[in-house]
Amino acid sequence: MSDSMHGSHANPSNAGDNGVKAPLVAADGRPLKVSLRRALFKNKLRAILLVAPLMLFLLVAFILPIFSMLTRSVESNEVRTILPTTALAIQAWEGDGLPDEQVFAALAYDLQEGQRNRNLGRVASRLNYEFSGMRSTITGTARRISNIDSPDSWKETLMEAHRNWGNPDVWTVIKRESRGYTLSYYLAALDMRFDTDGSIVRQPESRRVYVDLMIKTLWMSILITFLCFLLGYPVAFLLASLPMRTSSLLMMLVLLPFWTSLLVRTTTWIAILQSQGILNNMLVALGIIDDQARLRMIYNEIGTIVAMTHILLPFMILPLYSVMKSISPSYMRAARSMGATGFTAFRRVYFPQTVPGIGAGAILVFILAIGYYITPALVGGESGRFITNFIAYHMQVSLNWGLAAAIASILLGLVITLYLIYNKLVGSDSLKLG
Amino acid sequence: MEKPNGDDSIKKKSFVVFDSVQKTYDGETLVVKNFNLDMDQGEFITLLGPSGSGKTTCLMMMAGFEVPTHGQILLDGTPITKLPPHKRGIGMVFQNYALFPHMTVAENLAFPLQVRNIPKAEITAKVKRALSMVKLEKFGDRRPAQLSGGQQQRVAVARSLVFEPPLVLMDEPLGALDKNLREEMQFEIKHLHEDLGISMIYVTHDQSEALTMSDRIAVFDDGIVQQLATPEELYERPENAFVASFIGENNAFIGEVESLTDTDAQVRLATGELISALPVNVAGQGKKTTLSLRPERVYINPETASLPNILPAKVKEVIYMGDHLRTRFEVAGNNEFIVKTPNSSAVHRYMAGDTITVGWTVNDCRALDA
Repeated sequence: MSDSMHGSHANPSNAGDNGVKAPLVAADGRPLKVSLRRALFKNKLRAILLVAPLMLFLLVAFILPIFSMLTRSVESNEVRTILPTTALAIQAWEGDGLPDEQVFAALAYDLQEGQRNRNLGRVASRLNYEFSGMRSTITGTARRISNIDSPDSWKETLMEAHRNWGNPDVWTVIKRESRGYTLSYYLAALDMRFDTDGSIVRQPESRRVYVDLMIKTLWMSILITFLCFLLGYPVAFLLASLPMRTSSLLMMLVLLPFWTSLLVRTTTWIAILQSQGILNNMLVALGIIDDQARLRMIYNEIGTIVAMTHILLPFMILPLYSVMKSISPSYMRAARSMGATGFTAFRRVYFPQTVPGIGAGAILVFILAIGYYITPALVGGESGRFITNFIAYHMQVSLNWGLAAAIASILLGLVITLYLIYNKLVGSDSLKLG
Repeated sequence: MEKPNGDDSIKKKSFVVFDSVQKTYDGETLVVKNFNLDMDQGEFITLLGPSGSGKTTCLMMMAGFEVPTHGQILLDGTPITKLPPHKRGIGMVFQNYALFPHMTVAENLAFPLQVRNIPKAEITAKVKRALSMVKLEKFGDRRPAQLSGGQQQRVAVARSLVFEPPLVLMDEPLGALDKNLREEMQFEIKHLHEDLGISMIYVTHDQSEALTMSDRIAVFDDGIVQQLATPEELYERPENAFVASFIGENNAFIGEVESLTDTDAQVRLATGELISALPVNVAGQGKKTTLSLRPERVYINPETASLPNILPAKVKEVIYMGDHLRTRFEVAGNNEFIVKTPNSSAVHRYMAGDTITVGWTVNDCRALDA
């Protein structure tokens, strides 16, 4: 910074020249830059209008929902909206022992209000995530005190209605969740929780689910990507080197899966792989395995891996093919003429040129795999489940949308991070998608 | 880059031999019908011909990328027909250079040395020498894509020479360059050939390129070598109608041989004129023949009876070419009769529609096959 300033000072004549120099003007006397901008404006406007419908659609149908989903993962406004007076009163409590009578009275007021408006369910289940038993504590207490009108001490009345109100930990939770935002969904998604004293600890071993599943999803996706590469590379090579007529036939076979419903393809694998399925029957008939020892190839990891590799294979083959097609056969010939054996020529000349295609295919397959849902749900059974299946579970069954959003956000962050690492290692300019 | 050992005994026998080589791809048509070639060490031979004439196929068989359907190819006395390309030790420059895009220029040049397991220090020295040979010392760290067409061309040539092969093949290496650069590179390649004493087989469809660079030229057409001779021989004494028309400009007449001696053929044209020509490749009396006459060997308005052949000519068109004028005449029914005259102040310019006479000697008019 100081260097450059020094430089400009050292050469004042230059600066003077620039100052004196008049801006270039067009034939009509307008500055050239203004004319240029005017000329380009029409093009820009056209470009914007061309993408506008899609942008609008994406904004409404994609970007806004994702944003709302992401906010949901940290949002916690149940206490604030349904127990507003309590949320306000509890701010004064320092967290030592039990809160004073004022807070208890506020809670009693809110509970009675809530009981009348019938909206306590949301806050009850929200607090239940944080402190199990809170659902019945809140609903039960609200029922009991609904007819009590200004007793001597709300503190005692409430503690009598449910013993949990005598537990300071309950009040800690209420205070923490009255801030409007929460980390607890993310903690839950990472198999952690707030301890009673508010510190962050890991879940007990028996309740750890998501991290292990996330790791398993990751390595299964990597394995599927690798299998797709292993199976797809030779096919793409063949496609790119065969004469046009034969290769278009082969290309049709590659694309065939795209023309069949995903559900049909997945269920076909069930028919093939199940214990009374085609493959097992064949093996038994050939005497390779015993009828009693039929292989378990579906409703576990094997099922997921086989079916997903099959489904995602075209996404590896197509970018590879497009890259290989652009590699002139004269490179290999040149390498051979210079004394390289066929293998060396392939390893040092052909393969490095296909790396952009491998990168593109791998990143496509990996990102698709890590977010795959239907196939693992259908053929994965217990052990072949993906993290996405838990997201779906929390969206549809347990209705814990905050947790679903938190897991989804972590998944999104993970994919973006991996992409950035990939970008750093390989460079996106070498990414060739076709 | 040293000259290959020019032992006299080796030099005597042919360095490259194509012995009745045939090639077919589909089993129905022969792409190369019967190719024979004896090439001396240090020679520059060009395979010249229109596209599809089989010249590139011959080069690919030499390099080992195609297998002859019939016949033998010998390199330095040993048959190489069954040898894979990487064991032949022949340098090659490809049509679009085939520089490896993922390697720098220096890495490209090092490649043939690395696969030969040459020590690193030696590789560095050889790459440096090869770069300076093509005047690209400062470009070693660039990628091929960062070079101009001419520079890429030079790298490709350097890469084919860096492992010091005794024979280098070039497949239309200058096809992608513009005219000026092409001429410059022709001389550079020619000089490299002379300085290093290597043998070269060069494929092109550009006859002027072939004429300026080669020791000998094999003119290909339809899978057959029409004539294999020095550039001068080819231009001055073409042996058949194809060579005459393919090399340089040519005025052709079709006629019938009326009488024939060793030094003179009387040929009757379809329009009735009788022309004296040199019999070169005629089937005999009463047979058809093509007469070939170079535009620069035509005299304009010769004195009566000063030449054996004098015919009336009607000026159709005069094209100004700068250093010379191309005048198109109608002579004996041939509308495309071209005469080149130098653009000097002494030369009279004719206008379209003028009628004059043109004439030529017996020896300049060659009677070839029909």
